[in-house]
Amino acid sequence: MNDFLQYTLNGLTVGAFYALVALGYTMVYGIIRLLNFAHGDFFMVGAFLATGVLSLLTGSGLPSGLVVVVALVAATAAAAALGGVSARIVYLPLVKAPKLSLLVSALGLSLAVEYGTALSQGTGFRSVPHIGFLSAEHAIGLTDGVRLTYAQLGVIAVSLALMIGLYLYVTRTFTGTAMRVLAMDQDAARLMGVNVERTIMMTFIIGAGLAGTAGTMYALYYPQVNFLMGFLLGLRAFTAAVLGGIGNIPGAMVGGFLIGLLESYATGYVAGRWTDVVVFGVLIGVLVIRPSGILGERVAERV
Amino acid sequence: MALLEVTGLDASYGAIEALSGVSLRVEPGEIVAILGANGAGKTTLLRTLTGLHRAKAGTVLLDGQDITRRRAHDIVGMGFGHVPEGRRVFAALEVDGNLTMGGYQSRKEPAALAERRRQVYELFPRLAERQGQLAGTLSGGEQQMLAIGRALMNAPRFLALDEPSLGLSPLFTRNIFKIVRRIREQGTAVLLVEQNARQALRLADRGYVLETGRVALEGPAAELADDPRVKAAYLGGAPAEPSPRGPVASTSDNGGKGADGS
Ligand SMILES: Nc1ncnc2c1ncn2[C@@H]1O[C@H](COP(=O)(O)OP(=O)(O)O)[C@@H](O)[C@H]1O
Ligand SMILES: [Mg+2]
Repeated sequence: MNDFLQYTLNGLTVGAFYALVALGYTMVYGIIRLLNFAHGDFFMVGAFLATGVLSLLTGSGLPSGLVVVVALVAATAAAAALGGVSARIVYLPLVKAPKLSLLVSALGLSLAVEYGTALSQGTGFRSVPHIGFLSAEHAIGLTDGVRLTYAQLGVIAVSLALMIGLYLYVTRTFTGTAMRVLAMDQDAARLMGVNVERTIMMTFIIGAGLAGTAGTMYALYYPQVNFLMGFLLGLRAFTAAVLGGIGNIPGAMVGGFLIGLLESYATGYVAGRWTDVVVFGVLIGVLVIRPSGILGERVAERV
Repeated sequence: MALLEVTGLDASYGAIEALSGVSLRVEPGEIVAILGANGAGKTTLLRTLTGLHRAKAGTVLLDGQDITRRRAHDIVGMGFGHVPEGRRVFAALEVDGNLTMGGYQSRKEPAALAERRRQVYELFPRLAERQGQLAGTLSGGEQQMLAIGRALMNAPRFLALDEPSLGLSPLFTRNIFKIVRRIREQGTAVLLVEQNARQALRLADRGYVLETGRVALEGPAAELADDPRVKAAYLGGAPAEPSPRGPVASTSDNGGKGADGS
């Protein structure tokens, strides 16, 4: 029972990373039907940038809590800006082009960001400066043996707050609603006076920003970064988005946490090398029963 | 000065020419009908006017301002409303949410929006009863009301309607035409695309007949209704010949049957 609780906490933490990154995949897919290969790289850029900020500021005498906040904000802003710029330069000019051109451009952007990072930062693993209160020994002891580290608590709390914020934004504000109606009918959205290009850009900015936040927390949690980390995590996050129902925002959250939990249980109860089998086995099982994912609507007619 | 002034408008889909040299005007407070068979270019005309489709040549002036190459959201923001063919309501959004999106351009003026929402619900009591219902679950006639109400949320000076009676029961059709008259009475000029030529000409001040992308005929609505060519082609002139397009022949005296537009 204690094992189960511990695996659950670990799984929720990992799932929070997946969920945050899955949101970007699903929002962009929902709005322009693009599988944005480069999305995982926004996560990686956030992680590297946070590492840079942390290296710069640890030892500067600033309280470590403040250093973490600065890194989080800076990396989120940088990833968001990268998302916005790439939407402007790479995606918007191609929105009306065949889907394949978009897909290939996304792939190109992804490779450019990854290998640009490799060139400037090296291909090895870079370690992230140690932040005292985020290390494993600082934890809330729950029932005996079960521990929730401050880092885990932070990851789960920040991601839940962002998800709630995103949900409110998308359902309660004009721009958020514009994103949803744009996904339903682009021309009709234009006739409402929605600036479609700007709204698409906003979607990229928000998605990439969430990935940047996730990247920062990931860097602090593990604590190392690598230029391919976005590709690997992105694959899982994309799986989460599909599992939850691609294009569906709550679906991406559910899918992310679900995959995190599955992974954690598989590692804990079976063995680490079986996690992929379990995760993808469940994915296939779900898709056989519900081809559009757990919360997805029928999308077949629109693709 | 005309409210809308279109001169020599050309538009195409790749090699297919859909509009060639279309010129027309709409004066403030007018209802102008655009008639024409399927494929004549009526929808393309409206889509080109609002910037959803690119004009190849020609100019469009709205209140003297050149809007030919402006983007759709700017044109809408200048007070050009467009109720598209097939209604295109946001199916997964509630009725009220659809109206909210209609007011997108006025999102910084909540008081004005609240007032317009009230007016739309007054104009369409059926929508008021269904505020919280998903638009996709409305009947065709109700969706048409919603599509019009949504456009009115932007308080347009000029409203283009693309076949608002298409597929609607006679009752709903009459209702929609009545609403168009009310909209004009409130000072909005209307460009009405219709296959339902008889009713459209009864309502309109003037009309244009499009044939394969060109203006074939134009004039005051009463004259067009009397024109033998219009009678033959659009008003089911030859009594023995069944009308090729149902609405003209079937809408006149069907009473309240089938109150539900599909
Ligand atoms: N998306 C499109 N692609 C290619 N051709 C089109 C498209 N839309 C319309 N057309 C063609 O343009 C012409 C005008 O169509 P349309 O404007 O829809 O006419 P109407 O609204 O009068 O029925 C038709 O010949 C039609 O086949
Ligand atoms: Mg048409």
